[in-house]
Amino acid sequence: MKTYENTGNKDTRSGFGAGLTELGKTNENVVALCADLIGSLKMDDFKKNHPERFYQVGIAEANMIGLAAGLTIGGKIPFTGTFANFSTGRVYDQIRQSVAYSGKNVKICASHAGLTLGEDGATHQILEDIGLMKMLPGMTVINPCDYNQTKAATLAIADHDGPVYLRFGRPSVANFTPADQKFEIGKALHLVEGADVTIVATGHLVWEALEASKALNEKGISAEVINIHTIKPLDAKAIIDSVSKTKCIVTAEEHNHLGGLGESVARVLSQHLPTPQEFVATNDTFGESGTPAQLMEKYGLNSDAIVKACEKVIKRK
Amino acid sequence: MPNTQQLEDITTQVRRDILRMVHKVNSGHPGGSLGCAEFFVALYNEIMDRKDGFDMDGIGEDLFFLSNGHISPVYYSVLARVGYFPVDELNTFRLLNSRLQGHPTTHEGLPGIRIASGSLGQGMSVALGAAQAKKLNGCKHLVYSLHGDGELQEGQNWEAIMYAAGNKVDNIISTIDLNGQQIDGSTDTVLSLGDVRAKFEAFGWIVIDIEKGNNIEAILKGMAEAKSKTGNGKPVCVLLHTVMGNGVDFMMHTHAWHGKAPNDDQLAEGLRQNAETLGDY
Repeated sequence: MKTYENTGNKDTRSGFGAGLTELGKTNENVVALCADLIGSLKMDDFKKNHPERFYQVGIAEANMIGLAAGLTIGGKIPFTGTFANFSTGRVYDQIRQSVAYSGKNVKICASHAGLTLGEDGATHQILEDIGLMKMLPGMTVINPCDYNQTKAATLAIADHDGPVYLRFGRPSVANFTPADQKFEIGKALHLVEGADVTIVATGHLVWEALEASKALNEKGISAEVINIHTIKPLDAKAIIDSVSKTKCIVTAEEHNHLGGLGESVARVLSQHLPTPQEFVATNDTFGESGTPAQLMEKYGLNSDAIVKACEKVIKRK
Repeated sequence: MPNTQQLEDITTQVRRDILRMVHKVNSGHPGGSLGCAEFFVALYNEIMDRKDGFDMDGIGEDLFFLSNGHISPVYYSVLARVGYFPVDELNTFRLLNSRLQGHPTTHEGLPGIRIASGSLGQGMSVALGAAQAKKLNGCKHLVYSLHGDGELQEGQNWEAIMYAAGNKVDNIISTIDLNGQQIDGSTDTVLSLGDVRAKFEAFGWIVIDIEKGNNIEAILKGMAEAKSKTGNGKPVCVLLHTVMGNGVDFMMHTHAWHGKAPNDDQLAEGLRQNAETLGDY
């Protein structure tokens, strides 16, 4: 089976920062806004290199979203930066009316998504943001898996005309996708071919899915691993084609099972190819303080959890 | 350039449009629309420097953003009367498949509209963003915005008001429609706004009062003064003192017509008080 090498742990938010730095040089219409979290979002370089195109808005996220919507009127491509919680739930109505319904070309870039921001605890650990954002008509929702892919996604969304939610995280995680990849919005990536079970994962859970596929292989189970970096629009064909072969599926995400990737996959399959499915996701709960690894273990979001879910779903075929 | 009498004639016709639009579908917001009729007519016919036609980016012209989107009847009437879309389209207000949605939106591609509004408190942030884009583009034109007074109860406004002064956004003129009324009663009884001038000044804005906010000449004079204050490192606020329901005697000085349509008799009386000037749609 195909394996992937971790070229060294890196945080996905730094991938965003690197992408933004590059965009600053290559696309003069790109502007950036931040709500008092420049360091956390890795926007320092953009601010330093392009102070005239950088807007420090203070701790005022609602105003930031409105400013971004307004900046598009005049041809700018605004990238907003704050934590995922404050990028979505806190400003849902501003995004809904001033960005999504108004069809504005705003890129909502959200770090510290999910449990893995760690010790700050549940107030900052949003596990509902994918659901919130995917429900908005016209919103593209992307959750890349590592540093390289987050950088590539950041570059790609600047060329996409329309609102985008780009979700990434705080911790250093395996960096294993190609540095020179071209990011194609809405196009799932087949990472490992397999015959017995399909694992569809997004974000930090993609590496965990790869680790799970190795463990399963040692047990004689052939798992197919698909990286769904784009939750909306969902690559339904890639999922249906894989499941046509494996006849069962596990979805894996750092998000509530309500409203997440798993439900989007279930909708596709229930319409086109009803299939046994297990969900690796949080179970309608808030998070808590802890290290990222402790939290992923406690809430069942690591490779062990994926292995167990695969073994369970195979029995249901 | 129209003279004052011509602007007043347009205003009278706009009042008729508002009443007829709201009456036809038995819904909509006539009170605030009538109160701002003179302002809209003056703004679009005289105050703003506008290009022919419509493009979203609006580079090389003044822009306007309506934050209190529920007064869409006056907005639609004036946009149509200055040529953004056919006047006959006012017939479709709030009907299925119309571009004239209950609250303004870009979603249906109606020329003249640059942002959806209706959920209150969002327009000033958007207007400020557009003003910042103008600066980046080297465009010397201005951004105008209009807000209800009750709308100032929404917290996002104060984020925006703080931002504008802190960042010296001095190419914006934000007008507050001070009619003292909101859905549940007067602004004093619902949630007092206190001293609005003092609040804006404390936040670092230049504030200009237009005491006669339903008088065309007063509006032209006040807005000219506001315009003269732009470009000085501070945002400019106009406090437009209006009478809700202005021009239709039984709708004036009350919140009762905030979101209520006239019946057939009331429409007839309202139209009698505002004789046709430019021709009904």
